[in-house]
Amino acid sequence: MTALVEIEGVSRTYRMGTEEVRALIDVSLSISEGEFVAVMGPSGSGKSTFMNVIGCLDRPSAGLYRLAGETVTGLAPSALASVRNRRIGFVFQQFNLLQRADALANVELPMIYAGIAPAERHRRARAALERVGLGDRLHHRPLELSGGQQQRVAIARALVNDPKVLLADEPTGALDSRTSLDIMALFTELNRQGMTVIVVTHEEEIARYVRRLIRFRDGRVVADTVQQPADVAAALAAWRDAA
Amino acid sequence: MTLKDAIVSSVDALRANALRSILTMLGIVIGVAAVIAMMAVGSGAREQVNQQIRSLGSNLIQIVPGNVTSGGVRMGSGQSSTLTDDDARAIVAEIPSVQIAAPILRGTGQIVAGGTNWSTGILGVTPDFFEAREWAITSGREFSPDEASRGGQIILLGQTVKRQLFGEDDPIGQAVRVRNVPFEVIGVMDRKGQTVFGTDQDDIVFVPLPTARQRVVGANRAKNRSVSQVMIKVREGEDLGAVEREVKSLLRQRHRLREDADDDFQIRNLAEISATREQSARTLALLLAAVAGVSLVVGGIGIMNIMLVSVTERTREIGVRMAVGARPLDILCQFLIEATTLSVIGGLIGIAIGAGVAKVSADAAGWPLLIEPQVVLLAVVFSGLVGIASGLYPAVRASRLDPVEALRAG
Repeated sequence: MTALVEIEGVSRTYRMGTEEVRALIDVSLSISEGEFVAVMGPSGSGKSTFMNVIGCLDRPSAGLYRLAGETVTGLAPSALASVRNRRIGFVFQQFNLLQRADALANVELPMIYAGIAPAERHRRARAALERVGLGDRLHHRPLELSGGQQQRVAIARALVNDPKVLLADEPTGALDSRTSLDIMALFTELNRQGMTVIVVTHEEEIARYVRRLIRFRDGRVVADTVQQPADVAAALAAWRDAA
Repeated sequence: MTLKDAIVSSVDALRANALRSILTMLGIVIGVAAVIAMMAVGSGAREQVNQQIRSLGSNLIQIVPGNVTSGGVRMGSGQSSTLTDDDARAIVAEIPSVQIAAPILRGTGQIVAGGTNWSTGILGVTPDFFEAREWAITSGREFSPDEASRGGQIILLGQTVKRQLFGEDDPIGQAVRVRNVPFEVIGVMDRKGQTVFGTDQDDIVFVPLPTARQRVVGANRAKNRSVSQVMIKVREGEDLGAVEREVKSLLRQRHRLREDADDDFQIRNLAEISATREQSARTLALLLAAVAGVSLVVGGIGIMNIMLVSVTERTREIGVRMAVGARPLDILCQFLIEATTLSVIGGLIGIAIGAGVAKVSADAAGWPLLIEPQVVLLAVVFSGLVGIASGLYPAVRASRLDPVEALRAG
């Protein structure tokens, strides 16, 4: 398998007042195409900073980052925007949908910045929404959708530009357990179809369903293990039986 | 991101805060409305002046006898009798740029028709006069050349005189008496309306010049060949100023004035007189322009203020847009276009209101409604520029947000 995310000796230092905060300290790791990874750690462990760096939202203070073979450290903000647009799909805890826009328009947003023609945008947004099971909710606005449905719209938005990697930052943090399972089942299915999925979470329950577990503490990787993922389909079935 | 996407997205954003958007536009609306109303009022007033100048006849120069000092007594202008028929004839003969030089003898008198009478101005004129003034008759006929040179007892009535003496009846062929001299009405003149100064040009009658000299206007004038005025029509395309200078030197020569002597005549250019009126309209326009300018600046500041608030409120949205691939330039354009959309819509509303105000004031003042397309274009462009100028700073601020910080915002 080819390395998709390669970071070498990456550090990220913030200045908070007079104090220097070292959020990441000399982190090196590699994530291959098609992996299903959970990044865990208590708050302040550096997992969010790690997420921001590999998502090209933040730039490391030191070290090297290659995404899909392309060195992205040192790129200008507009070049980074283009990398995010083409390579990365983001899923956030708070969904971060535009409230004024319906599901379709929200999913079209990344394609607007990719310069895709309206008709093609429309077609692909519809297909992406159908892929996450919301083919019948195209014209609903976020407030007319449940939390789980909103997160699915966000996932469709993340998928629509055919990114190399799906980055989910606490994707189940605002959802109940049952819906969380739904979302994890969706991620599992996407991963089975070949998508690289990286989930940042602090919930051990969520981390059970991934194959690789990376644990952060105090800005460093303290554990990087591979596990047999729990069966999310079985867990969902158990929920259904209980109901 | 195409321009169309950007505009659609800004209209969406503005609609989401409709009331605030409308209030923000208000400054621009008022400013542009003031500009449009001001320009329309200005050009309407100018057009009215132009119409009045045209009603006087274009390319006209008036010559009246000057004030002469006779033994230390200065007479008012027009009181002397230095200007004659022959001067008029010499002007048209010797100055090629002059098309017509029509001598006019002016008097006043009571006109009696049957049981009614009316005091009015009496002009003794030659047929040239009507051509110079571009003044036609509505009914009847003009003087024949024979009547004009011999001086028949015939009279043409202005509209006002006709109405006063005959009402709606047909006066052609009727007899009237002027200073006890009987005249036959042979025609009625077209309506000319008021002059720039509010004088009713239709309150007048015309008789042939010789008749006026012999039978109507005082005997004193009748002795010589003096006239009260010579009206000169300059050929199309000729410079009025140059003709004035030629007329002046010709008349000085004919009147045998010494180098150091004052003119014994006065030359008046009708267009010049009207220019004074236009000047005051221009002053009013300048005042309105100042008001409009202040209003546009205040409107621009309002837009900047609201755009800054909007950038703060929508920091998270900016973060999301950046995360999915918006470049700083995209964000900059989005807010710039939003500000510009706001101000241009305000400008368009302002144009509509301004046109309404102009219509009302044009109706009230009785001048034509005139909104020039380039003024409308200018207003649109200007409001767009106000939008860009006031949106620039907020837009730059939005585009420089750090995506991580922006996503973390409320």
